[in-house]
Amino acid sequence: MKKELKIFDRPENVKKFLTAFYISLVVLLIVDLFIPKHGDFPWENIPDFFAVYGFVSCVSLIFIAKILRLLIKRDENHYE
Amino acid sequence: MNNLIPPPAILIVGALFVPLIKGKLKSAYLLLLPVLAFVMLLKMPAGKYWVVHVLDYDLIFGRVDRLSMVFGYIFTIISFIGVLFALKVEDDLQHVSALVYAGSAIGVTFAGDFFSLYIFWELMAIASTFLILARRTKASQDAAFRYILVHIFGGLCLLAGIIIYIQNKGTIEFSYIGLDGMASWFIFIGIGLNAAIPPLHPWLQDAYPEATVTGAVFMSALTTKSAVYLMARTFPGTELLIYIGALMTAIPIFYAVLENDIRRVLAYSLINQVGFMMCGIGIGTALAINGTVSHAFCHILYKALLFMSTGSVLYMTGKIRCTDLGGLYKTMPLTCLFCMIGAASISAFPLFSGFVSKSMIVSASSHEKLVAVWLILQFASAGVFHHAGIKVPFFTFFGHDSGIRTKEPPLNMLLAMGIAAFFCVAIAIFPKPLYDILPYPVHYVPYTGAHVVGQLQLLMFGALAFCLLILSGYYPPEMRAINLDTDWFYRKGGRLFNNVVDTVLNRINAISDRLIARAIPVWLGQLSRTPVTSLLTLYVKATGKKDLVIEDLKGDTRPEATTLLPMGVPVLISIVFLFSLFVLFVFLT
Repeated sequence: MKKELKIFDRPENVKKFLTAFYISLVVLLIVDLFIPKHGDFPWENIPDFFAVYGFVSCVSLIFIAKILRLLIKRDENHYE
Repeated sequence: MNNLIPPPAILIVGALFVPLIKGKLKSAYLLLLPVLAFVMLLKMPAGKYWVVHVLDYDLIFGRVDRLSMVFGYIFTIISFIGVLFALKVEDDLQHVSALVYAGSAIGVTFAGDFFSLYIFWELMAIASTFLILARRTKASQDAAFRYILVHIFGGLCLLAGIIIYIQNKGTIEFSYIGLDGMASWFIFIGIGLNAAIPPLHPWLQDAYPEATVTGAVFMSALTTKSAVYLMARTFPGTELLIYIGALMTAIPIFYAVLENDIRRVLAYSLINQVGFMMCGIGIGTALAINGTVSHAFCHILYKALLFMSTGSVLYMTGKIRCTDLGGLYKTMPLTCLFCMIGAASISAFPLFSGFVSKSMIVSASSHEKLVAVWLILQFASAGVFHHAGIKVPFFTFFGHDSGIRTKEPPLNMLLAMGIAAFFCVAIAIFPKPLYDILPYPVHYVPYTGAHVVGQLQLLMFGALAFCLLILSGYYPPEMRAINLDTDWFYRKGGRLFNNVVDTVLNRINAISDRLIARAIPVWLGQLSRTPVTSLLTLYVKATGKKDLVIEDLKGDTRPEATTLLPMGVPVLISIVFLFSLFVLFVFLT
C-alpha cells in the first residue's frame, strides 16, 4: 500500500492553512477598495459589500437550519 | 438525412445488444455507442427531419436547432463519461438501462412533436427506475417504487396536457407554449415535476441517494436537465418560474446543511442548481437563457463529477454518511482532488466552470432590476459553497479521521472523473467554445475585476462563517436522522389512505361475508328444511309469546319432513287436471 498523506494530522499545518486563509481574506477586503465597479444596484458598489453579504448569508443559513432541525428532524426509521 | 442514424436510436437499439457481448469487446462496444452518437450529432445540420407519418400526424424525431444541439452535445458527453465510470460494473441491467435512459433523454431533446416526446419521456422514467432497483436493497426497491409512481403521475399530467393541447390546436408539433389555459398548466406541471420544482421535488432527494453508484451519475445528469431543456423550449419568460426558481435555490440548502447522507446533500444541491436554471428561464432574456443553457451544460459535468467522487467513496468503503466518513484524503487523494474540483465548480469559484455560467443568470436578474430575486440568488450562491463546496469534501475527506483506510477506485473510474474535472476547469479558462454554441450571441464577459473579487469575497467570507462555526462548535452536528420534506404527504398520506381503505373496505367485506356468505344461507337452508318450526320460531320471537314452548310444539307435531308429499304427486295432479280440461274442451267444441 502507498504511503499515507498526513499533512493535516499535524496541528501546525492546520494552523498554517488557517493563517493563509485569514490573510487571503484581508487581501480580498483591501483589493476590493481599488476595483472599479459598475453594478446594476447601488449597493453592489459599496466597498466590501459581498464580503459582508457572504458572511451574513452563511451565518443566517446555519441559524435558520438549526431552528429548522427542531421542526423536521425525525428518527432514521420514521417511514418504516 | 438518409446517411445519418438518429443518436437516440444508436443508444437505445445499441443497448439491446449489450448482453450478447462479453469481455473486453463489451467495454469497447459500450464506449463506442456514445462516441458514435456524438459523431452523428456533429454531422446533423439545423432543421427538421426524420419525420415519420403515422395516421394523420407527423412524428418529428429530429428538430435540430441551437437550443436542442447544446443539450444533445452534453447528454452524449456525459453518457460517455458515465459509461466509462461504470465500465467495470458486471450487471447488464445497469448498462442497458443507462444507455436506454441516455438515448431517451437525447430523444426528448430532439423531439419536435408531442407524441415522440411523450414516448421518450416515459422511456426515461422507466429506464431510470431500473438504475435504482439495480442496487438490490430493500431501501432502493422502496425508493424505486415511489420514484416510478411519482413519475407516472407527472407523465399523466403531461399526457393530459398534450391531449387537450392537440384537441385545441389540431397539431402535435410544439415549440413555445406559455402559461395560458388548462393544457399549458398540465404540461407545465408535468415538466415541472421532472425539473423538481417545489413542492413536486422530493422524489429527487428520495431516489438519487438510493440509486447504484454508477446509476446516480446518469440520473444526476439526465432527468432534470431534459426538463430544463423542455421548459426553456416551451415556457421561456414565464414570470412564475422566476419565483419558483428563486425558492428552489434557497430552500434546499437548509436541508443540505442538516443532511447526513452525502449523496442526499448532493441531491439537495442539485435542486438548488436547477433553481438557478428555472429562474433564468423565467427571466427569459437572451442573457438569461444563455446563462440557463450554459449552466445546465456545466452543471451536468460538475454534478456528475461530485456524484462520481462520492460514489467512489461509497464503492470503496461501503459508507456514505457524514457520521461514518472522514480523513479519506489520506488514502484517496486523487478522488479527493476531483471532488474538490467539482465542489469549486458548483460553488462558481473563479477559474471553475460554474463561474462563467451561473453568473450570467445572476447578472440577468440584476439587469432586470429584480432586487429580491438577486438577493436570494446571491444568498443561495454563498449557501451552495457552504454545503456542496465545503461540507461534502470536508466531512468526507477531512474532518475527523474515521479510521477508514482504503485505496483509490479502479482506473476507469479515476479516468471518468479526470475527464469531467478537465472539462470543469477547461470551460472556465476558455469559455468561448461553450459560449459559441449557446442559443443567442454572447456579449458577456465573466472575468471583470469587480465580478472576480465580489464572487471571491462572497465565497471566502461564507467559508469564514463555516470555519468559525465549526471551530466554536456551533455548527449543527452530523447525526443519523431524516428530515421531513414534502414527500411526507404522500409517504404518510399513502399509508393513511391504505389504512382507511383497509379499515372501511375490509370491514364491509367482513360484514358481507358474515351476512351474505354465512348467516342468510344458513337461515334459508334451515327454513326450507323445517319450514313450520322455523316460521313458528320466528313468530314466537316476533310476538314475544314466551309461553308457547317450541319444544312442546315439536313434540306434538309429527316430524315435518314426513308430512311433505313427494314432488311427483302435485305434478301428477296438475297433469291430470290439465288433461281433464283438455278432454272437456275437445268434447264441448
